[in-house]
Amino acid sequence: MERNPLRRQLQIMRKSLFDQGYLDEQFVQLEELQDESNPNFVEEVVTLYYRDSARLILNIEQALERKPYNFHKLDAYMHQFKGSSSSIGAKKVKAESTLFREYCKSGNGEGCMRCFQQLKKEYTTLRKKLEAYFQVARQAGPMETACRPK
Amino acid sequence: MNSSSGKTYMSTSNSSAGWKAGDAAADQFPVGLRVLVVDDDPTCLMILEKMLRTCLYEVTKCNRAETALSMLRENKSGFDVVISDVHMPDMDGFKLLEHIGLEMDLPVIMMSADDGKHVVMKGVTHGACDYLIKPVRIEALKNIWQHVVRKRKNEWKDFEQSGSVEEGDRQLKQSEEADYSSSANEGNWKSSKRRKDDEDETDERDDTSSLKKPRVVWSVELHQQFVAAVNQLGIDKAVPKKILELMNVPGLTRENVASHLQKYRLYLRRLSGVSQHPSSLNNSFMSPQEATFGPLSSLNGLDLQTLAATGQLPAQSLVTLQAAGLGRPTGKSGIPMPLVDQRNIFSFENPKLRFGDGQQHVNNNKQMNLLHGIPTTMEPKQLAGLHHGAQSMGNMNMQVASHGSQSSQNNPLLMQMAQPQVRGQMLNDTSLGHPPRLLSPMGQPILSNGIAANVSTRNGIQENIRAPSYNPVSQTSSMLNFPMNHAPELPGNSFPLGSTPGISSLTPKVAFQEDVNSDIKGTVGFLPSYDIFNDLNQHKPQNWELQNVGMTFDASQHSNSLQGNLNHAHSVLVQQGFPSGQVNGQNRSATVVSKAMFSSGDSTGHVNAQNGNQQLNSLLVDGTVRVKSETPTNLYPDDFGQEDLMSALLKQQDAIAPAEHEFDFDGYSLDNIPV
Repeated sequence: MERNPLRRQLQIMRKSLFDQGYLDEQFVQLEELQDESNPNFVEEVVTLYYRDSARLILNIEQALERKPYNFHKLDAYMHQFKGSSSSIGAKKVKAESTLFREYCKSGNGEGCMRCFQQLKKEYTTLRKKLEAYFQVARQAGPMETACRPK
Repeated sequence: MNSSSGKTYMSTSNSSAGWKAGDAAADQFPVGLRVLVVDDDPTCLMILEKMLRTCLYEVTKCNRAETALSMLRENKSGFDVVISDVHMPDMDGFKLLEHIGLEMDLPVIMMSADDGKHVVMKGVTHGACDYLIKPVRIEALKNIWQHVVRKRKNEWKDFEQSGSVEEGDRQLKQSEEADYSSSANEGNWKSSKRRKDDEDETDERDDTSSLKKPRVVWSVELHQQFVAAVNQLGIDKAVPKKILELMNVPGLTRENVASHLQKYRLYLRRLSGVSQHPSSLNNSFMSPQEATFGPLSSLNGLDLQTLAATGQLPAQSLVTLQAAGLGRPTGKSGIPMPLVDQRNIFSFENPKLRFGDGQQHVNNNKQMNLLHGIPTTMEPKQLAGLHHGAQSMGNMNMQVASHGSQSSQNNPLLMQMAQPQVRGQMLNDTSLGHPPRLLSPMGQPILSNGIAANVSTRNGIQENIRAPSYNPVSQTSSMLNFPMNHAPELPGNSFPLGSTPGISSLTPKVAFQEDVNSDIKGTVGFLPSYDIFNDLNQHKPQNWELQNVGMTFDASQHSNSLQGNLNHAHSVLVQQGFPSGQVNGQNRSATVVSKAMFSSGDSTGHVNAQNGNQQLNSLLVDGTVRVKSETPTNLYPDDFGQEDLMSALLKQQDAIAPAEHEFDFDGYSLDNIPV
């Protein structure tokens, strides 16, 4: 267990993110890529993700405002979004994306809309949690090698 | 990202040089493996880059397929493996895959969040060496070097069998046989590496480096021969051994042919899949007037498709056209229908009609037409230049162009009427402005001139331009030696764009082409459409131009005089000396092809080029020069979106074409050229 209180706190936060299903194994992959040459790699990637995905979210939102829904387009956007989200290990967001695509494939507009709202919630929640996490991480200083959850 | 890619790219080259040299760095293989990763998702791209760096590879990242292709073309041997996403906005990953496979023959790994069987299967059929599911784990990347080695090994084998036996090869081959599993085997990496070390790694390195040299480059000419052989045998019966025999190219091995055939078949399959409606080309052709004729450049894939659909346009040409023109719908639409007619050569539908029209116009516009066929993207000048090249080559399958392929894209390649006669035509037709009808394999009348120039550049662009379309050409001047003029349609033949285009349609044509070819051969040199490409790619367009010009003219000249000398064509090509590296974008393949052609042809042609018409040359030069200048600018239209090479070409054509339809070449019309 980390002696340093900040580090300990960081570990707890991290564990909780995994335990609660916000993050998956892919996030660990990112952590393993972090090293001295890229000490803030994970945070950089996540920041990039949020910046880029915001655009996609907006596109989807706009597409959902036009009726009738262009499911093909919606699916395409979501496919992209899913790809990004899965690369950073955003588990819940990814699950919602998959569900959304299912609705698109079956032409369920109502389902799409509902799912999208849920997705945005998860997306925002994750963002907040990660921001808090990185804040502590920066304060705690360079981390040791990431340890796998559980 | 671009800037960083640039940086990375540079460092990659540096390190790769060391690796290739087979020195100490090589022993560290796969350290320093030069990877090009293409993905429009910045997050993924960043992660992949980091992962690859961690594997100690040299990474270059790219967020656009078009950029990646140009990078690859500019530096063909600058990368060892390419990793590309499937879904990208500017170009489908599979298209990129095809291009790379044809032009550079590098191993390509596809990746996607999509793990559906259908998509993965597509990867397989398009020739990907592996398929990764996102999110990609670093373990999956650690093994990618196996694909590089495997490919080298296979090439090696080919090479070896063609005569350059390397002692270590066999041994290496055998030892490496079984080790390469899919990238999923994470654990294998280390063991494989160890094994590699055990197996004369040095030998391998040496072999690898030496292997690189003898690699067979499928030049336009070579590909034309290949396609001719395939067509003669019939796509179903075309077996490598027989093709090899028919081709009768020294130094070519059965394996070379086999692997090329495989690609060709894939290509054809894909093309036939594209042609949705086999309705008469005419319909499609006519309708998209705007698309096809008008803007040369806007050889929207649609047009091409329709063209292809009609079955007239060889699948390949379609692809080419698409590639060329689709990218840019440059509004050449300015070209009025009549123009199209002129270009008729390309139009499938009224081969006769067009032919007639075209013929008349040929003098003036045909030249342009030729260009028309060529991706509109090309500047008229370029087209002209291309034409010249094509003309001289004679063998250029101007089909595309001549057919007035809808694809305004003018596959320059297609346009390239191999026949020298075409040359005259070309000149006339160089009017790039004309929609590249050429593309449409309008085997029709255009075929007459149609020297099936199978400009099969390695690049995705099916160079097989059966030039038949230049019917007009024949008309214009003496150039029309080709009996083909009347030809009927070679439509099928026109583009062997890559792999096997709709063979079915081609087959009949092939026969035709054969005839034509034989005729043409006597008279014409190969005017691979590549010229056009070359134009596009030329770093020094000026030089190229001149060369081409000389060549084309010479070719034509020679064609007349040297009936039997195909070589001229070759030589012409050689002279061109297109910097293969100069791929300004799509035409890389073209460049390569032409270059290849050169190598295959004899160099005697050079002389021819010289002789020939100084006048013409000078004329051409002027014209070409002009074209050239425009080319660079037009080379990389941003809106490629479509097939790469073709689009590039088309684009260029567009650039050129719009400029002046009655491109300078008018002055060069065959009539004016002393033969």
